[in-house]
Amino acid sequence: MFPELNSILNSTPDSFKSSDFILVSDRRADASFLIHHYLSFYLRAGCKVCFLGLVQSFSHYSAVGQRLGVSLAQAREKGQLVFLEGLKESFGVLLQDTSQETQPLSYLRSPGAGLEGLFRFVESCVRQSGDGNAGESWGPPVLLIDDLSVLLSLGVSVGAILDFTLYCQATVCSELQGNMVILVRCEEEDADDDEEGSNLLQRGLVHQCNLALHVEGLPTGYCRDIHGQMEVWWRQRGETIYNQRKIFHFKVHDKGASFFARGTSSAVL
Amino acid sequence: MAAPVRGMIGSTSIGNTTSFQKKTRSKLVSIPGTRPSVQNGQLLVSSGVSSLDYVIGGGLAVGTLLLVEEDHYDSYSRMLLKYFLAEGVVCGHELFLASARDHPDDIMQELPSPIVDDVAGMKISEGQSQPSDPENPDTMKIAWRYQNQPKVQTALASSVRFGHYYDVSKTMEPELRQAAKCHSFYQLQETPVVTASSPLPSPYHSLLKSIQTVIRKEGFDGSTPQSKVRNVLRLGLHSLGSVLWGDDVCCKDNPAHCHALTTFLYILRGLLRTSLSVAMVTVPSHLTQNRAVMGRIIRLSDTAIALESFKGSEKETNPLYKDYHGLLHVRQLPRLNCLSCEVPDTKDLAFKLKRKQFTIEHCSFWPGYHSNLHSSKEKMYQRLPFKMSRCESQV
Repeated sequence: MFPELNSILNSTPDSFKSSDFILVSDRRADASFLIHHYLSFYLRAGCKVCFLGLVQSFSHYSAVGQRLGVSLAQAREKGQLVFLEGLKESFGVLLQDTSQETQPLSYLRSPGAGLEGLFRFVESCVRQSGDGNAGESWGPPVLLIDDLSVLLSLGVSVGAILDFTLYCQATVCSELQGNMVILVRCEEEDADDDEEGSNLLQRGLVHQCNLALHVEGLPTGYCRDIHGQMEVWWRQRGETIYNQRKIFHFKVHDKGASFFARGTSSAVL
Repeated sequence: MAAPVRGMIGSTSIGNTTSFQKKTRSKLVSIPGTRPSVQNGQLLVSSGVSSLDYVIGGGLAVGTLLLVEEDHYDSYSRMLLKYFLAEGVVCGHELFLASARDHPDDIMQELPSPIVDDVAGMKISEGQSQPSDPENPDTMKIAWRYQNQPKVQTALASSVRFGHYYDVSKTMEPELRQAAKCHSFYQLQETPVVTASSPLPSPYHSLLKSIQTVIRKEGFDGSTPQSKVRNVLRLGLHSLGSVLWGDDVCCKDNPAHCHALTTFLYILRGLLRTSLSVAMVTVPSHLTQNRAVMGRIIRLSDTAIALESFKGSEKETNPLYKDYHGLLHVRQLPRLNCLSCEVPDTKDLAFKLKRKQFTIEHCSFWPGYHSNLHSSKEKMYQRLPFKMSRCESQV
């Protein structure tokens, strides 16, 4: 959890907006540090977290989480965190002779069939918050996905992914008053790549979301002390439409990230 | 003065070793040829080229994938692959080599020969060239202090050092090469398997199955009980994505199998993460028409570098680059178990192939300034163009 980011977004683990769909995207940079932030944020807030970790192993998130002050292994044992590890089971799913549609990773075998299996898994996970350990009731459910654009590399179509996010938003945000945080990684703007590109996916998701955080490298070039710029776009919130954008510079270090206004990096001042 | 005999009770040998035993944490696995990273404690192996290790953050982390974008004629990327495999032979790691163009045995025969430590060799010959004692032919006359030491193996047998130097002008001795266990996969000799329901074309599918079989059979994923010493598996996959692998991502604008290579890399990384193995994959990226695919391939790997050789381009005659053979671009560095990654000092890196060695250097555009990433100070002073007084240049 990054305290400076909390103050920028005006939210703390004790008081944050519900029914929020937050989109984290990047272009030629790495925005995964924001996913670690949200993971520790919602675990500290006591929410039930469903994490689809499709690109890294559990031990990676757990090691970073320890530096940020949360223990993922403990949360998983208590039932607060449900972690789907995409990498570990991928080969087994590929080799299977029979593919059941309801399996969460069924898109590996038949990418054209859509993500229904994955949605069923998410649904069963977020609806489970009532039963479980006696006396352990968690807060509103949260869905975290890292990252969604890898499904494009595996052959799933943009339309199927947008359907999936729409279903998830309807279930998690509207019905259960929970939050959703999705990471999408884009490539450069390419004029002749519009049909199946991650840019199309990102644009589609930006229209659905309430808050968009976009991470890019500095437009002036590579710098050791400033790792990039992050654009915060406050979008629609219920009936009110904010449409406010702000750009911050950031630097990622071992135990967190620091955010500052443009031009006020400690290396410069 | 009482001789500190008590201190000797704990030690086993007669020599001057102390009884101090370093407490080894059982968590850290000690495998020859590896060392933990300074930054995040990851287990690292050397890529064979020490200047490349420096550039990518100390070495290749076990469980990760290194992607090398080939240069136009595949000369330097092939050399990097041979360095990678040679390092595996010298450290005693197991090898897996897959190739579609050249037979893996041909590649193995071209591995560079390691430069042996001369000092150890001399001490052995000193002790052994004495006229033999009639009672005990093994007593040493000159190097008698080493009489009780265990017989030193040649530095080649199993080196625990991290990173070695190689002589590219010579090939590795066949005995040394055959001492290493090597599994090979030659695409042209494999029978195509009909995989109707797999999204991967047959060559990639059989390659994955073959890799997984080796990992499971040799116990790199921890499935077999620890009856033998743990080891690292080095995978070298040559020229994936080329037409010989049955993939058309490099020859068509809208390939039929546009997701084959990306799916393959995703599943390969899954296999690597759950086993003690490291993979180096070379891809002929200059042939891919679609830049978006290369972006995805880079993001699916952990460390990604690109080689751009000057041969045949107009940069060959550019006086700025006259000492080098090409540029090295670091496209991506991994963030493993930590938030931040190794931020490089500079992005201007160039490589050159000297007669005996392949090195990577920081290529600065200040006239006359060159710095070798691992060289001594002498070389730095030698290259300055203006006259230096005699005493300074001898530093």
